[in-house]
Amino acid sequence: MSGFRAVVITFPGSNCDRDMAVALENVSGVAPARVWHGEPSLPDRVDFVALPGGFSYGDYLRSGAMAGRSPIMRAVVDAVKRGVPVLGVCNGFQVLTETGLLPGALMRNAAIRFVCRDVRLTVENEGSCFTSAYRTGQEIVIPVAHHDGNYFADETTLDRLEGEGQIAFRYTEPVNGSARGIAGVLNEDRNVLGMMPHPERAIDAAHGGQDGRKLFEGVVSRLVSA
Amino acid sequence: MKVQIHVSLKPGVLDPQGRAIQHSLEGLGFKGVNGVRAGKLIELEVDDTVSDAQLDEMCRKLLANMVIENYRVERLSA
Repeated sequence: MSGFRAVVITFPGSNCDRDMAVALENVSGVAPARVWHGEPSLPDRVDFVALPGGFSYGDYLRSGAMAGRSPIMRAVVDAVKRGVPVLGVCNGFQVLTETGLLPGALMRNAAIRFVCRDVRLTVENEGSCFTSAYRTGQEIVIPVAHHDGNYFADETTLDRLEGEGQIAFRYTEPVNGSARGIAGVLNEDRNVLGMMPHPERAIDAAHGGQDGRKLFEGVVSRLVSA
Repeated sequence: MKVQIHVSLKPGVLDPQGRAIQHSLEGLGFKGVNGVRAGKLIELEVDDTVSDAQLDEMCRKLLANMVIENYRVERLSA
């Protein structure tokens, strides 16, 4: 496992980057590299990129809008094309939709309230490196903490996502008004996952649950066996 | 030259903020408000050489999110 080269990006206003780095080190045994958003490139060899939660650029204009255009994101787009797995959590999910790496958009929660609590999710598709350690249909508990998690896409796009198995996680109850209860979305090649819930906050039993571990275990085991 | 970019949610996209504003107006006793949709006004100060095509590109690349928003560009006389 010593070869697992993960990168955690930090944008101005990211606040879950350290949690993400701790979670990755905890699961993989290797501390990830930390890369500032203004860097034009990623390290030469990268196995996994994480875009953390937070409030990049104070959510100015739209959540994730500025961060989505930052220099490092051009390198992330190139990495995605090479097949590198990229995970965006919360604000990271918003950045991925703003960059166009994932379809749809994340809008203000339908009840206009910040939602901060544990939520129960269904794993909708175990067929990606992020979900391979779960079983399709399995229910897991992961915390959410967001104001703009209301996933929107037009009906044609939603039908396509369902048909292609690109919905990774769904809420089992109403949380934020998300279209069809969508909590996490994969790209067509299934090497990009954006999700509003925070798996990096469900790693240590002392923090209330460990259902997030399997997401990182899936990524690590795929790369180690590859 | 001053340019105003009006960004609004596409028809059919739920606008929770607009709905909340409408409820507040009703709470204040205003009658007859049948709908509220909140948008953004972005003012740019640009050289006269900046073309309509360039302004359009600015909107599509950053100022509006074409998944959920429409935009309208208005040039104001200097």
